[in-house]
Amino acid sequence: MKIEAKNPVVEFHDLTVSYHKKPVLWNIDMTLPQGALIGIIGPNGAGKSTLIKAAMGLLPLGSGYVRMFDEALDKVRHKVSYVPQRETVDWDFPTSVLDVVMMGRYSKLGLLTRPRKADKEMAMNCLRKVGMEAYTDRQISQLSGGQQQRVFLARALAQEADLYFMDEPFAGVDAATEAAILAIMQEMTANGKTVIVVHHDLQSAAEFFDWIVLLNMRLVASGPIDKVFNNDMLQETYGGKLTVLAEVGELVRKRQMPSREKY
Amino acid sequence: METFKEFFSFSDPSIVSVVVGAVLLTASSAVVGTFTFLKKKALVGDAVAHSVLPGICLAFILSGTKNPIWMILGAFLTGWISLLIIDHITTKSKIKEDTAIALILSVFFGIGILMLTNIQHSGNAAQTGLDSFLFGKAAALVGKDLIVFGIVAVILIVTVGLFFKELKLIAFDSNYARALGIPVKWIDLLLTSLTVLAVVTGIQAVGVVLMAAMLITPAAAARFWTNDVFKMTLIAAVMGGISGLSGAYVSYVAPAMPTGPWIVMIISAIAITSFFIAPKRGIFARSIQQRRLQRLIMDENLLKELYHLGEKDEDPYKGRTVNEIIEERFFPRKALKVALRRLKRQGFLVKKNGYWSYTEAGKVKGQRVVKLHRLWELYLSKYMKIAPDHVHEDAETVEHIITPELEAQLERMLEYPEFDPHEEKIPY
Repeated sequence: MKIEAKNPVVEFHDLTVSYHKKPVLWNIDMTLPQGALIGIIGPNGAGKSTLIKAAMGLLPLGSGYVRMFDEALDKVRHKVSYVPQRETVDWDFPTSVLDVVMMGRYSKLGLLTRPRKADKEMAMNCLRKVGMEAYTDRQISQLSGGQQQRVFLARALAQEADLYFMDEPFAGVDAATEAAILAIMQEMTANGKTVIVVHHDLQSAAEFFDWIVLLNMRLVASGPIDKVFNNDMLQETYGGKLTVLAEVGELVRKRQMPSREKY
Repeated sequence: METFKEFFSFSDPSIVSVVVGAVLLTASSAVVGTFTFLKKKALVGDAVAHSVLPGICLAFILSGTKNPIWMILGAFLTGWISLLIIDHITTKSKIKEDTAIALILSVFFGIGILMLTNIQHSGNAAQTGLDSFLFGKAAALVGKDLIVFGIVAVILIVTVGLFFKELKLIAFDSNYARALGIPVKWIDLLLTSLTVLAVVTGIQAVGVVLMAAMLITPAAAARFWTNDVFKMTLIAAVMGGISGLSGAYVSYVAPAMPTGPWIVMIISAIAITSFFIAPKRGIFARSIQQRRLQRLIMDENLLKELYHLGEKDEDPYKGRTVNEIIEERFFPRKALKVALRRLKRQGFLVKKNGYWSYTEAGKVKGQRVVKLHRLWELYLSKYMKIAPDHVHEDAETVEHIITPELEAQLERMLEYPEFDPHEEKIPY
């Protein structure tokens, strides 16, 4: 079941993505609305993170394309921000909280320029927004999981983007952080920004999001929460109906087939 | 001692040039190596270092001279080729990166040694000194060589400075850097080129065999002293420079001695020292912290047991002998006596005719530990539904770490309870 957005900000067109030659996403085709808090939901290995990595151009696309603000990503990069999964970086890296948040300003600065005072103030504002101003000079290895996630969120905020892709921002955070992050997201969408979140918890998904994308290697459903978040759809997403698709993917990998033919 | 004075007075201009050269080369390797280290690519540096040898020999065979510019070009060429092959093997075959690195390193180095031996037996008079590329010779850094290698070293340091913020970001979170639109591929390429160049220049002083140590060791040592990439780079540069200086000195005192091993030994000594004595991250600092913790636990346990004894007799201030305490709870006698004396010094206990007893402050402290222990037992059984006979061990640990804030919170949550799960009175 797929409902097209009235005022689309992201368009996935027939997207197919492979990981080490194994197709993990098949023919994703959907539009997502502006100003919504959008949850991408699905079981483990459904390709949720892969979908937003592909959208950010971090993975090669097998076929299809992604357009944002009706443009190719490279033209609108300054309006798009990405929050990677917390575990993907080494938190023992020798740097401070403020330094990490400042990284969000680098795209505005360009090569060979040093951060200015205004950038520092902007970063401080973002830290304040996520309630981490007391930790400015703290070494990042001293942070708890929830605090790390807040720092990543602050870094994304410092980009002043209009569209945010976030990979599991609620994973492993405490209740206070969860509430704080949700409040910030709701404020962002109220200001017309679009926030797309990979999320794994069905229970809270029902409370958090306005728009839901159900994913399990293919698109099961995309639409406003009241239309698509129902038992039938969840059954289709989490039920074991797609074993054939997974098996075919495994075959493609074993035979080293290209996922799309050349001619 | 005479030569030491002579050397460090820098009166001889040739000494100055050798020192400047050696320090620049080692410091620039350390600066570039900081990022190789942060990107966890230490082995790659080793592969490049060994792979430049055939390039140097090739340059000599083709040009017939030891012109430094030819040498750099040749070394740069084979250094890069080795990296490309490693990359190709890793992406296109089932062989993993570590295996690919080992393969390429040994094959290239083997070819290099083959060529070097060949040149040495060719009877070409210009070849003398070519073997100093194996283990380095800082004293050979004079005249044109010094100028060329010095310039390359300065270029390395300046380039790292210019791209510092990008290098840092990519080392920390390269996916995010790509999402920002930073040309990650190009900057990775730049860092690789810098690494190759650092190796090419560094081998003048250190030699190909030990060059990897010059890239990685200063960074590894510097990491112990700071939590900031910029300071870490500076410290690594200084440490590298010091080892370079010592190498130059050795070269001056014993001209026949290869400098590489000396430089590497000095930087290793610096690294090992850092490993032990660095504040916070060093081994000593950590073990001191551990000992402090052990002492705190011992003191609190001792005060707690005195409180237990006092509960039995309903007289908290009654004096106790060492044996009485050990009977209540086993402590090693020696450690117990040390702790008793320490607590007396700190004013928590007094001793009279072989009997130890609380001071007022001691009783307050002992009572608090008992209270925390019992509060935690109650919390575990009430909120976490753990059976009362399973809560004691946890409470033994937790009683030492609960902060006053948590203490207040526990009291509130449990509504100032009177008894713990074992029906023992919680003292306030």
